[in-house]
Amino acid sequence: MAEFTLPKNSVLTEGKTFKAAEGVTNIRRFEVYRWDPDSGENPRIDSYELDMDTCGPMILDAILKIKNEIDSTLTFRRSCREGVCGSCAMTVNGKNTLACTKSIDSYADTIKIFPLPHMQVIKDLVPDMTHFYAQYASIKPWIETQTPAPADSERLQSKEDREVLDGLYECVLCACCSTSCPSYWWNSERYLGPAVLLQAYRWLVDSRDENTGERLDELEDPFKLYRCHTIMNCTDTCPKGLNPAKAIAETKKLLVKRKLG
Amino acid sequence: MAKKSKRPISPHLQVYKLPLTGIVSITHRMTGVMLSAGLVLFVYIIYAVFGGSTTYAAMQSFAGLWPIKVVYWGFVYALFFHLCHGVRHLIWDVGNSFDRETLNRYALIELGASLVLTLTILFFI
Repeated sequence: MAEFTLPKNSVLTEGKTFKAAEGVTNIRRFEVYRWDPDSGENPRIDSYELDMDTCGPMILDAILKIKNEIDSTLTFRRSCREGVCGSCAMTVNGKNTLACTKSIDSYADTIKIFPLPHMQVIKDLVPDMTHFYAQYASIKPWIETQTPAPADSERLQSKEDREVLDGLYECVLCACCSTSCPSYWWNSERYLGPAVLLQAYRWLVDSRDENTGERLDELEDPFKLYRCHTIMNCTDTCPKGLNPAKAIAETKKLLVKRKLG
Repeated sequence: MAKKSKRPISPHLQVYKLPLTGIVSITHRMTGVMLSAGLVLFVYIIYAVFGGSTTYAAMQSFAGLWPIKVVYWGFVYALFFHLCHGVRHLIWDVGNSFDRETLNRYALIELGASLVLTLTILFFI
């Protein structure tokens, strides 16, 4: 159900401020969401003043600098540092993005960093993705076939069939889109959310998949699919430039077409 | 070690900046609710007309109050905005105009078109 305010244990408090060293001139202020499961306290916002002359260009560089030089307890996920693993998704100045592909200079002033919205926080910037991954598994993200495999080759795809997957296969499941969606905030227990629906569409239109009918049956549900109200936050925020809202609309069209025969 | 605390929910509405499309979307929903509630006023006007000259005069002086006029024109704007975004939904439903680059432009067109429609009505009354 829609709850517009945060529960008592999630209300933010003011944290510590780490001033820049004397003599540093090129300073940028970072305000970062912190929560320590062992403290028994509410989440807090810590502020860090960083020397931009000794910091890399990306948001992830700044976070790493904080962890390396100021506060080693700062916890976050990161891996590839080039936008293909989807680990470092977070909310930066009110919009979800990948910290590794977003430059510090694309923001004017103080940079505020939060974990992905409306998620259970494990620690600091690390949200619990268990439910999101379970939803992904529920759409069977693999090829399902009825016919026996060709004896002497793989299941081949024409160039044109493969091109249908452009704009879909690039999704790295960072969950920026799903956690930007108010509908997903209020209904994530039943609504699949934009990321998983884009993936579902990716398998619906794969020329090699032979279970389109069953896949559509699974999606034809007032909550799983139809909680999408075309708010468009997903498409607005996708750090890979994809269009989950469009994929959802195309899925709805497939369902209508099937009904019309 | 202090006892483990229950996991908090990360901030959502508190920190997320809705893009224009998101603001337009929630406004569509709110105008829908307001328009339904506003029908009570509509019923009152019809009731006043059927009640004869006394109730009609009372309604007339009530409708002349400036806060009521603001509500009235707000109602008309909400109606046209709701209509314009409804048309937007129809275009979306056939799978068109999802391009990222055009989203804000369409939202501005909706807001502008509903304003023009409201002013047109104002001009003719």
